[in-house]
Parts: sequence; C-alpha cells; structure tokens
Amino acid sequence: MKIKKLVVTVFSGLVLSALSVAPVMAAEESDPTKEQFIPVLTYKTGPFAAGGSGFAGGMEDYFTLLNNRDGGINGIKLVWEECDYGYNTERGVECYERLKGKGLKGAPAFQPLSTGVTYALLERAAADKITLIFLGYGRTDATDGRVFPWGFPAITNYWNQSTTKVQFIAQREGGLDKLKGMKIVNLHLKHPYGIETIPVWNAMAEKFGFEVTHIPVPWPGIDQKSLWLQIRKIQPDYVINRNWGISCTVPLREAARIGFPRDHIIGVWWCGAEEDAIPAGAAAEGYIAATFHAVGTDFPVVNDIFEYVYGVMKGNIASSRVGSVYHLRGVSAAIVTTEVIRKAQEKYGVGPISGEEFRWAMENLDLTAERIAELGATGVLPPFKITCADHEGGGSARFQQWDGNAWHFITDWVEPMKDITRPMIEASAAAYAKEKGITPRSGMSMGSDCG
Amino acid sequence: MPVELAFAIEVLIAGLLSGVMYSLVALGFVLIFKASGVFNFAQGAMVLFAALTFVRILEMGVNFWLAIAIALAVMILLAVIIERVMLRPLVAQPVIILFMATIGLNYFLEGLAQGIWDSQVHGLDIGIPDVPWMSILESTNILISLFDVWTAVICGVLVLFLAFFFQKGRIGRALRAVADDNQAAMSVGIPLQLIWAIVWAAAGMVALVAGAIWGQRLGVQFSISLVALKALPVLILGGFNSIAGAIIGGLIIGASEKLAEVYLGPIIGGGIESWAAYFIAMLFLIVRPQGLFGEKIIERV
Repeated sequence: MKIKKLVVTVFSGLVLSALSVAPVMAAEESDPTKEQFIPVLTYKTGPFAAGGSGFAGGMEDYFTLLNNRDGGINGIKLVWEECDYGYNTERGVECYERLKGKGLKGAPAFQPLSTGVTYALLERAAADKITLIFLGYGRTDATDGRVFPWGFPAITNYWNQSTTKVQFIAQREGGLDKLKGMKIVNLHLKHPYGIETIPVWNAMAEKFGFEVTHIPVPWPGIDQKSLWLQIRKIQPDYVINRNWGISCTVPLREAARIGFPRDHIIGVWWCGAEEDAIPAGAAAEGYIAATFHAVGTDFPVVNDIFEYVYGVMKGNIASSRVGSVYHLRGVSAAIVTTEVIRKAQEKYGVGPISGEEFRWAMENLDLTAERIAELGATGVLPPFKITCADHEGGGSARFQQWDGNAWHFITDWVEPMKDITRPMIEASAAAYAKEKGITPRSGMSMGSDCG
Repeated sequence: MPVELAFAIEVLIAGLLSGVMYSLVALGFVLIFKASGVFNFAQGAMVLFAALTFVRILEMGVNFWLAIAIALAVMILLAVIIERVMLRPLVAQPVIILFMATIGLNYFLEGLAQGIWDSQVHGLDIGIPDVPWMSILESTNILISLFDVWTAVICGVLVLFLAFFFQKGRIGRALRAVADDNQAAMSVGIPLQLIWAIVWAAAGMVALVAGAIWGQRLGVQFSISLVALKALPVLILGGFNSIAGAIIGGLIIGASEKLAEVYLGPIIGGGIESWAAYFIAMLFLIVRPQGLFGEKIIERV
C-alpha cells in the first residue's frame, strides 16, 4: 500500500508541476514567422556523452549568444530542440523523424554528430529536402556534391585528414622521401567510421613506399592488450589512433606500458579532446592529434559567450568546459549553420529558412577570413568555400599536442594531398551513383554551377 | 628464449592477467546469483555508480581511504534501498520477474549516477604504477604489467575474504540455505531480507574495487559499465554460482581471447576478441551446460 501511495503521490506531483509550468511557457511570446527552428541531435548520456554534451553545449551557447547579443539573425530568433539519441543509430533516425517537421518551414538542416547516423540519413534527408552537415566526419565521398546534393562533409573530411597526417609525419621526418620503408599502424575501430580511411591509407602506402598495418579494435575497445602486444612486435614508427570515446584513451595507457613514444601516436580529431587525454594521466603526455579548429578561451567570440550567455546564467554546459575541444567544435558547427541561414536570408528574404533554401546557401557558402574576423572567431575555424563539386570546401588540418594539462598547436595548417583523395572520392561517389541510379549533376543545377 | 616463444608467453600472461580483471567484475554477479538465483543485469551499472561516487568524493579533496570508506557506505546504503524497495515486494515471485527488475535497476542506476555526479570523464589514480616489470623484461624480454600483477593480488585477497565470509560462520550457513531454497530458509527463521541486503552490499563492495581498478585504467566514465560485457563469457564458462568458477573462468577466457586475437585474428580479419570469448564460452556450454564449476541441477518429477 505504501508503494502505491508513493507512486500516486509522485505521479500527482509530476502532473501538477507540468500544469504549473505550461502557462509560463505559453505566456512567452512566440511568433513562428520570427523564429528559425534548428534541430539539435545529441548524446548527453551514454558512452560518448563527453563529446555529445560538449558539442551540443557549444552549438547552443552560440545560438544563445546570437539571440542575447544580436536579437537572433536579422531579428529572427533562433529556437532549437534537443533530441538525445545516446549515439544509437536507430534512435538517431527516430530523433530525425521527430524533429524534421518542427518550425514554420520544418527543420532546414541536421548535424547528426555520428558517421553511422549520417549514413542512415543520407537518402532519407535527400527525399525530405533537408540538408545534412557533417563537419569532420563521414561519409567522405559526399564531398562530391554532384552526387550528394544534400550532404556536406564541410571544412574537412576523413580522407584529406589522413593525408595531412602523412604530410605531418613527412615534415617531422624531413620530407616525403623519408616515408619509404617506414611502418605505420592504423589502429581503428571495427565500425563504419573506423574502416572508412583504409582505402586512402593503402593508396598512400603504395605511393610513398611505407608499410601500413590495419589493426581493428573490437567495440568497445576497453581492453586492447593483445593489439598492443602485436604493435610491440611490429615496432612501427607511428600509430594512428582512430577510435572514439573510451577506446581513444586505452591506446595511450597501453603505449606507455610497452614504452611506445606517445609523440608517435597521432589521433583522429575524435580522439583529440581533453576527455581523451585526462583519463590517461601522465601516459598521455606528448600525444598528438589532428584538429580542424582551435581550443582555448582567448577569442572574442568566446569572451562574448562568457558575457552574454554565462553572464546571464544561460550557459548550456559547465562554464569550466567553455573553450574545450568539443565545445569549440560545437561553436564552429553553430557558426557554419548560422552563417548559412544568414546567406539564405540574403537571397530568400528575412524569415525562417526551408531545407531547400538552406541547401542552396550551404552550397554557395564562402566563409572568408574577413567574415570569420567579424564574428570574432579568427583562429577558431579556418576559412572555407563550398561549391557544387566540392562539398568539403577546405581539407586542411592542424596538429596539437597534449602537454599533460592542455592541448597546444604544434603546426600551422597542413595541406591535404587532394591529388590522391579527389580521384578516389569521385570514383567512390560514381560507384554510389551507379548503385542508387543517381545521375550526377552538371551545368547549372539546383541554383549552383556544377561544371 | 626464441622470440616467437617469448611473444606467445607474453600474450598468454597478458591474457591471464586480463582475465583476472574480468573475474573481478564477474564476482559481483556470482554473489547475487548465489543468494537469490538472479542474474543481476545491473552489475555493470553498480560498477559505474561506485566508481563515480568514489572519484567525485576524491575530487572534493577527501583523503583517499576516507573516500573509499564513504563510497563503500554509499554502496551499502544502496544495497539496503534496493532490498527494501525492489526485492522485498518481489519475494516468492518467479526468478524471471527479479531478473526483469534488475534490468530496470540497471538503467535507473546509470541515469542516477550520471544525474547525481555528471556524465564527464574523470581521471583516477589509485597509486598503482602502470609500468612493465623491468627485471622480467630485461632478463626474458617478456612484458608483464605491474598494474596487472597488483590487480591479481587485490583480486586474490578479495576472493579469500569473500570465500571466508560466505563459507564460514552463521552468515555463510544462512547464505547457503537461502541460495538452496529461499522459501525453505525463511520457514526455518533465516532472515531473507537481511541476507539479500548483505549480499547486495558485498556485490557493491566488489563493484567499488572493480570500478577503482578499471577506473585507473580507463578513466571513470559511462563506458566503465561496459566491463560487464567482459564478465558475461566468464560467467557462462565458470558457472553463475561459483566464486572459483569466476576466477578460473576469467583466466581461461582472458588467455584464450588474447591468443585468438593474436594468432587467429590476422587470418580472419582481426578485431575478434570480443566475440571469440563468447564463442569459447559457448563451446564449454555444449560440454557442461552448468558451466565449469556450476552446480548440476536435477529436477525430479
């Protein structure tokens, strides 16, 4: 009986509190014609919560900044809704379905924050005329916008990132000719995200004469002892850490144990956050990771976030995480989204933007250094220019090193080797087009010049 | 020593020592199964809850041993609450109902742990050096981690303590009686609720030790609850109600999955150790359905 009473009490309390909150929400002024809806797919719980919460927090902080400081974009307030899918692909698709119809003109774009969800949504989003942006993750061949009009692996994709790693190694070793005879281990998750770079590593190994060994990490990768004993036997010159979440940290511990130098482990940018290095303690010192944006708080845009967002108690994550890797990645993603909305408003008029309008603006986005400076984000993200044929628009990466407490840049922007990646991207996209019966765009198509 | 032989021995030892760490998690499952016949689906979440509680208390500047004591007290309190709120109303219900309740408990504890503390990654240093055993490395070129050796020692002490506690004295007898038939045990005056609370508290203690050790290795974060995945094949192989089975099962699973990964992996694509462990456990099941040390149940009509 006591339990029954407790359940009834708790349930009644929840209903009452919901009723008491509802009028407050209804009382807030809401005019759909003056609001731009943006869906936020995230994962704030579960095995990848550190990345998900930091990224979503950064995005939402920037949206809040624009609302609080500028009154939105040209007077159009940004409104958003989160959907936590726990990095579960099926739930990610559910979240997409739940949010795609919200707002006056529906959701204009999604940033799935998962290669798996991106793969699952590509065809669905194209059918729904909704843009997918995947900053720094797969799928890579969506770079060829003639085949993938609705997908944008903007700023940089995985294949170009892999070539920047080889450029970086060559710089350290004294030139590309020094790569000959070198041994590189590609330690990757056994997952669509993990295996995506295998073809480009094989192509580079053949071109430059180094030996690459692909060692798959079975999910969740919490115990990699046997893999690192194999690495100890191979005695590689470099190890590529292509993992995610906890499996990023484990290699640092294992490397320390076998005495493998941490400054010869080069992580993908999903293994290059504070959350990857801190749990490894001293074992992480010297570890190097690629990145496509800055880390730290010494930027005007971050100062504004402190003033206009955290200063009025509207922050979306712990203030100690502002300026961390994942937070600034989220800020960068929000800058891209909002600059596309701004561009779409220039063409289609000030008001909520539809998926098709957003897509056109994304495909014609030229985020210049001057514009980034106006946003107070110089150094936070690099300039890039999207075209019909190039949905990546950039491709460069920087390299950062963990000193035991924080990440520090050790290179300027390193150029990718597009002479290797572009033919592979086109071939892969062409194979996809053939499989799906897609005719690649040419000439003027969907408002863009596709050559 | 030939290089290949040294490498094989190195893999074998690393596997055995990994197996000890799996056993540490498996022990928690065994304790609860022994007392109630229930497979506690929430054991991984208990590891997460214990480790998060411990690390967050440590981060408040509390002394290491005091933090251990407080975290242990929290786990005992949790055990009492679980017994009162979840188990007591389900006495005499079919085992499957209790099992389903632990599934609910798993997700509740995961959410509660992250809700109370947070979902961030926390570094943890319990002071055990994670470096090679240099004298062995220099003399044989076989790499053995001192961290793993210390883990084996801690696990050994824990097993001795649990074996003594649950085999000797009144509590040990009561536990065995409850494990055998909890309704019969109640009818002769054995306090079932108290025994269940004690067992869940012991499982909480095991979760704390496992969480601290895995936490130093991986950092304390949600994924630490996934260590339960490593314990499952150990339980299948060793039997759900044998402490010795958890240890021996852990050693066999640890060694065989590492050897499989190193020697079979390259032939069939690599990354096989996660399912190889289950495959090995299933092979054992065919021969001994009750597991290596599990009790053979004979039902008479």
